[in-house]
Amino acid sequence: MPLTTVQVGRRVKLVSVEAGQGLKGRLAAMGLVSGVEIEVLRNSPPGPFLIAVKGSRIMLGRGMAHKILVA
Amino acid sequence: MKTEIVVALAGNPNAGKTTIFNELTGSRQHVGNYPGVTVECKEGFRRHAGADLRIVDLPGTYSLTAYSEEELVARNFLIDEKPDVVVDILDASNLERNLYLAVQLIELGVPLVLAFNMSDVARARGYEFDLPKLERFFGAVIVETTGNKGDGMTALLDAAVRVARSGPRADFRAPAVVYGKVIEEEIARIAPLVEKAGLFAGKYDPRWTAIKLLESDRELRKEVLSLEVIDQLEKSAVRIQKMLGEPPETAIAGDRYGFISGACQEAVRSTIEIRHTTSDQIDAVVTHPVFGIPIFLGLMYLVFHLTFTIGAPPMDWIEMFFGWLGGGIGAVWPEGRARLLQSLLVDGIIGGVGGVVVFLPNILLLFLAIAVLEYTGYMARAAFLMDNVMHKIGLHGKSFIPMLIGFGCTVPAILATRTLDNRRDRLTTMLVLPLISCGARLTIYALVIPAFFPQAWQAPMLWIIYVIGILLAVAGAKLLRRTIFKGESVPFVMELPPYRMPTLKAVLIYMWDLGWQYLKKAGTVILGISILLWALSSFPALPESEAARFRAARQEAASARMTGAERVDWIAGIDNEEAKAALLNSYAGRIGKGMEPALEPMGFDWRIGIALIGAFAAKEVFVAQMGIVHAVGEADEESESLREKLRQAYSPLVGFCVMVFCLIAAPCSATVAVTAREGGSWKWGLLQLGGLTSLGYVLTVIVYQVGRFLGIGAG
Repeated sequence: MPLTTVQVGRRVKLVSVEAGQGLKGRLAAMGLVSGVEIEVLRNSPPGPFLIAVKGSRIMLGRGMAHKILVA
Repeated sequence: MKTEIVVALAGNPNAGKTTIFNELTGSRQHVGNYPGVTVECKEGFRRHAGADLRIVDLPGTYSLTAYSEEELVARNFLIDEKPDVVVDILDASNLERNLYLAVQLIELGVPLVLAFNMSDVARARGYEFDLPKLERFFGAVIVETTGNKGDGMTALLDAAVRVARSGPRADFRAPAVVYGKVIEEEIARIAPLVEKAGLFAGKYDPRWTAIKLLESDRELRKEVLSLEVIDQLEKSAVRIQKMLGEPPETAIAGDRYGFISGACQEAVRSTIEIRHTTSDQIDAVVTHPVFGIPIFLGLMYLVFHLTFTIGAPPMDWIEMFFGWLGGGIGAVWPEGRARLLQSLLVDGIIGGVGGVVVFLPNILLLFLAIAVLEYTGYMARAAFLMDNVMHKIGLHGKSFIPMLIGFGCTVPAILATRTLDNRRDRLTTMLVLPLISCGARLTIYALVIPAFFPQAWQAPMLWIIYVIGILLAVAGAKLLRRTIFKGESVPFVMELPPYRMPTLKAVLIYMWDLGWQYLKKAGTVILGISILLWALSSFPALPESEAARFRAARQEAASARMTGAERVDWIAGIDNEEAKAALLNSYAGRIGKGMEPALEPMGFDWRIGIALIGAFAAKEVFVAQMGIVHAVGEADEESESLREKLRQAYSPLVGFCVMVFCLIAAPCSATVAVTAREGGSWKWGLLQLGGLTSLGYVLTVIVYQVGRFLGIGAG
């Protein structure tokens, strides 16, 4: 399911990122690799999305978050 | 033994790299010049253990794959300049993520020292590091530092000098970053082909090249012409996708993180997870869906207030000082001797230098505020809050701040675009910034609006002008993002660093550095343009016959029968007429007259043309020039006599067109100079000048012609 559907406070695991190569690589460098645990900290449309990954806080545009598939 | 050692500082954004750089080099730093580099690398110097160290601060990056310009600059520096040692600065309280870059540096095979920065914070947060074990694992010396307290700097320099002198990895054996079986198999297929094709021979190691090619590194891929290699890369990508269910670039990143996790599990103990607790509490308030924006706007108001209100008295002092200096020279100058030199000195040079220095209080105060916002971590939150709005016009959330500053003055606003990491965003913002009405243009509106519009219409008129500017800036940004700055729009992904207390040193260096660069680089250009414009409006001087006519008129006035007050008025009138005649006779006057046919479709006459030439030096000069060409002497925006003249000479429609044209066209020379300087090329300054002038011209012609056709305000 897309990350945008995850409720605040839930912890999920990243499955894949449906984006172009450059962007995938950039996200991977920031720690968004498959299997990594993501906690959703803020999900209040229409604002951006805030997640916790590997001890850092990363904010994503909503469109971006929609392309991140998690389980 | 080589005496100069080149030390490159690498690290993630927010790892405290700038603080360490400032600690190591103090004030002995400048912006390094590397060919083709538009992202700045600062350089500093330091003597340590008998060696001269040249320390280069590379841009903050998460990785070394050329995903962004910063990464490319950092990587090219490491490969082309071959620094003697690379110091990777890591945020020890967020070690795994920070080690990702370290692993890439290890793969590149550079002599490496790892600085575990903010180690005090990391300990307080319950991390325990087995440093000897980590050193063996990563094959690099590790030094613990606390940049904001200056701790560990000597140990860091010792380690850097030692590694630089003993050559790459004399202390340790380099670890092989081993990937999973599937990926290793593909690397083993690609690397020999790379070697056979002689790709990057002598520059990169074939294994490294193979990994980067698999990661779809654009910079390297575009150099690959060998069909054999291209074919193999495609096959490998398909196979990795099939076997692992993900493309090579994420699979490789995943393996690197796996390698790091393995090391950390063995050598790092984390007792509690409290890294973000305080930050999260602050964020709950400042990024609150309801209170966030009011808090942000309040802070921005404070920044604005600080910049333009507290900055006003020093600006007045500077103006007074230069006025006094000019007046003083005028007073002691021998009567009638070398008047031209006096004018050059007083009006050209002193006026020009004054025009440059006068912005300094604004710029320093503004950057003081921005440094605090940036270093505390609030800037990232501001971007978070504004992203929704700014994203709609194709800009980054951070672009909002320069836009806001633009209402005060465009020059510091352009400097403020430095907080934007992406070059396309930055250039787009810079190019449209002059459309945000600055304080100097307000003087034009303040003169024109009351001259033509009834009281009830004045405020709405001013509002309309500002809104036109904002809408054009939005449209311009959208247009630029779809044309010259097209391309994969950089999606909004950004780290929110934990809040930190900025060090006074870092804030002051940031502020001083920008102020100095402004004076040095932009200042010289602005001064040059001021002198040029002075020359244009001073040469050629009135012919002797004309000058003699005015002298005679003054003498006549002096001997005529009238009261003292009448005589003063009379002579002032003659002076004004002479100033007008001199300006008309000058090159500026001639150009203004020559431009008249081009100005006519906008409803402008040559007098407005001359004033527009002055406005290019600085927008507020428009008002003064209008005063001279209408022979009312030294006028300001409150001058009723000038307004009266304007009412006689022009229709309200022309008045409106003047405002529209001044809003859009020909940003002032300081703006163009700073844009060229900050954009890294005159191309950008000229594009801004040409683009906005054409846009302003076309729109003003349309407004004037349509207005005249419909008979609005034409009477």
